[in-house]
Amino acid sequence: MTLAVMVLSGFVAAAVSPLIVRMGGRAGARVLALLPIGLFLYFATLGPDIRDGEVIGAGWDWAPDIGVRLSFAVDGLALAFLLLISGIGALVVVYAADYLKGDPRLGRFMLALLAFMASMLGVVSADNIFTLFVFWELTSVTSYVLIGFDHEREASRKAALQALLVTGGGGLALLAGLVLIAQVTGETELSAINAAGDALRGDDLYLPILLLVLAGALTKSAQFPFHFWLPSAMEAPTPVSAYLHSATMVKAGVYLLARLHPAMGGTTEWHVLVTTFGAVTMVVGALLALSQFDLKRILAYSTMSVLGLLVMLIGVGEPLAIKAMVTFLVAHALYKAALFLVAGAVDHEAHSRDIRELGGLARVMPYTAAAAILGAASLAGLPPFFAFIAKEAVIEATLETGLAGGWLLVGGLAATSAFLVFVAWTVCLAPFFGQRDRARDAHEAPPGMWGPPVLLASLGLAVGMAPVLVEDWLLRTAGEAVLGAPLKVNLALWHGLNAPLAISVVSIAAGIGLFAVRDRTRQVADAVSALVGRAGPARLYDGGLLALNVTAGAQTRLLQNGYLRFYLIVVLASFVGLVVLSASVVGVPEMDPSLRGTAFYEWVIVALVVAGALLAVLFSSRLAAVAALGLVGFGIAAVFALYGALDVAMTQILVEALTVILFVLVFYHLKSTLRPPARAQLMRDIVVAGSFGLVMTSLVLAATSNQVAEPISGFFSDESVPAAFGRNVVNVILVDFRALDTLGEIVVLAVAALGSYAMLRLQFGKDDEP
Amino acid sequence: MTSSILRTTSQLLVILFLLFSAFLLWRGHNEPGGGFAAGLVAAGAFSLYAVAFGADAARKTMPVDPALLIPLGLLVALVAGLAGLVTGDGFLAGQWFTLSLGRDEVKLGSPLLFDVGVFLTVIGAVMTIIITLAAEE
Repeated sequence: MTLAVMVLSGFVAAAVSPLIVRMGGRAGARVLALLPIGLFLYFATLGPDIRDGEVIGAGWDWAPDIGVRLSFAVDGLALAFLLLISGIGALVVVYAADYLKGDPRLGRFMLALLAFMASMLGVVSADNIFTLFVFWELTSVTSYVLIGFDHEREASRKAALQALLVTGGGGLALLAGLVLIAQVTGETELSAINAAGDALRGDDLYLPILLLVLAGALTKSAQFPFHFWLPSAMEAPTPVSAYLHSATMVKAGVYLLARLHPAMGGTTEWHVLVTTFGAVTMVVGALLALSQFDLKRILAYSTMSVLGLLVMLIGVGEPLAIKAMVTFLVAHALYKAALFLVAGAVDHEAHSRDIRELGGLARVMPYTAAAAILGAASLAGLPPFFAFIAKEAVIEATLETGLAGGWLLVGGLAATSAFLVFVAWTVCLAPFFGQRDRARDAHEAPPGMWGPPVLLASLGLAVGMAPVLVEDWLLRTAGEAVLGAPLKVNLALWHGLNAPLAISVVSIAAGIGLFAVRDRTRQVADAVSALVGRAGPARLYDGGLLALNVTAGAQTRLLQNGYLRFYLIVVLASFVGLVVLSASVVGVPEMDPSLRGTAFYEWVIVALVVAGALLAVLFSSRLAAVAALGLVGFGIAAVFALYGALDVAMTQILVEALTVILFVLVFYHLKSTLRPPARAQLMRDIVVAGSFGLVMTSLVLAATSNQVAEPISGFFSDESVPAAFGRNVVNVILVDFRALDTLGEIVVLAVAALGSYAMLRLQFGKDDEP
Repeated sequence: MTSSILRTTSQLLVILFLLFSAFLLWRGHNEPGGGFAAGLVAAGAFSLYAVAFGADAARKTMPVDPALLIPLGLLVALVAGLAGLVTGDGFLAGQWFTLSLGRDEVKLGSPLLFDVGVFLTVIGAVMTIIITLAAEE
């Protein structure tokens, strides 16, 4: 229970944050950081139990027949993420309070940020697959709001929409995959699904399921070829980039693959698909980072590369690889968030993110520079940082892998490391050292903005020097949750002179070398970038969106041309066509048009109704036609009354009365007589109306002549009094037995009314004030 | 419309209609009636008032703006459904309790609240359309 409250508390805080910010300004925003800090401490207290092997869970049924529950389960993997999300979240809140100081939108920003945090917490702690999906989509939605925060700028809006459509499309695929998993395994709780792994892996549907789940994970984690939304997402304010697009949201795809690894991992398809996508992303991302000059874009591409590395490791799936994955996950979150925050501070104080314009800031921004140096050293994977240990673990995993083509992975990894060293030098050296004019006007960022990156980067150093701090309770438990088997995690700075160390040294040297000839390196990188761009998924996205809009416009102009008669004809004709089609396939059912037992007064009513219909068609005055239609309506009401459905009859009569008023009000604006229709039009109308009538009659006859099952009316009349305490069966059905249908009906009614209101106001309100 | 007969009689009739509508709503569970019919009668009452006195006067007579009644009615219906969730029977499961008034007992339940939601939505929907149409004369 506490767990659920903790996870959902973010939403409550989000709801009140605009108020708090309005009352307290920047200090108020800082106070909001207390929530993530509190959550971090709470989650930390779960550590000891999880270390001992417990899984902390809670759950409530929502729709038990289809397995939908709101349930949470926290094990090592979830705990690692929970701590990262809440911890970095707290720091980002503090940072954002200064970054957006004085901005009137600060309250809204905090709302979206805290809502995102809560959604992300929900994703990583969810146990039921539908709970997971709901929170997954919530992160997409909140990310949309956050990326497009500067909504006055078109670039922001475009980037936000791009991210939403790509991750949303992946989300749909993910839902399909999750539903299929539930079908195959019969379970909807991840803990149970992970226990049923063999059933899932052996099933025929395994590959489609894998592809669907991959679509969700790869889009969310910006893997090639779905990576293009991530650099665009840099339009977001920097606190957002630091939080979502480096440490948390983009890791959701990695989390998903890690979480499902016990159930789906280890097959050939998994090894091939996941590892390949990951490895390609890793190399391409790092390569593309080389040609960028915008600090945030450089960091975005390097993030993409690291995400690819993590996915690749999950693809390999061996114990060493998993150990490396969880280690690198934590290390990367620490330094990448720090570097993004540094980039934001530089942007805020020096008003530029372009490394060609920046320089010499170390003199005026010493603390920020310190964070940058620490972060960059982690990015390059230098000892004694935690990131170095992580990198060594990754190299070891790729060296020792039993998979075919492992040497390809090693090569790709070495190249990536070299590129990242280059990137690290760029990110750290360019803005802070050297000599540029911009440095003269800049000054150090406020403590709220240099504090968080310094803290995060220093953590990278501290944990690097004492990895035992996180080895057991965090990394081991996380790794075991992913692996589904016991794991030993022994990290140290010095493992002796071995192959991983040699490869590290070589790649660092290569990276420095690349930097030395940086112009040449950039040329090559630009060439690759152009190639990717031309063939590129981004072009596909833009083209696809354009085609969608064009098609939608054309189809709407064709089918929704504004004439009610046209819509009716389309609906009626399609209906007739489809019924005739199905009758030609399944055969015409028996129809028994027995006229026994009909009384003369029933025939009188029928005659009145028919007369009313004919007169409505023949009259040329609108009001007379409405009156004739009223005759039809009252006739039908009489039929209802004859059959004992008094409620329905009553409603029908009332509707007729109100319809008359409505028609009169509408006709005020129209000509009072109707033009007689042209011959061709008349023929068409007769054919459509006539065939529709015939088809409906046949359907009713067929339905009443063939009893396919016991009519449920018996159940309703039997149960009406004992179960629902009502003697009016119709009403009881409406508000009790089938209340859900009625709820849908009144929603439709509401939408129709609001739609009519909108259309009327648009039409009439042209000359009035709104 | 300036007919004085219409104006005088409609003032009386509107009150009668509204009383009848409440009556229909209350008795719906055991006798013919119910939320839809009651809502339509009430809407008929206000429409009559609009025909006699004009749309603006009709809107002012309504204590709540009709466009606001629509979401309000939906909300009431939803809350009635949530009662079932609270007790664990499931969404929209009917929850009943008995109220004793002296010698008689009255059974009240969430279906009645749901019917009230339907009632409000119907009034809101119909009156929104009618008042908007009538106001443009």
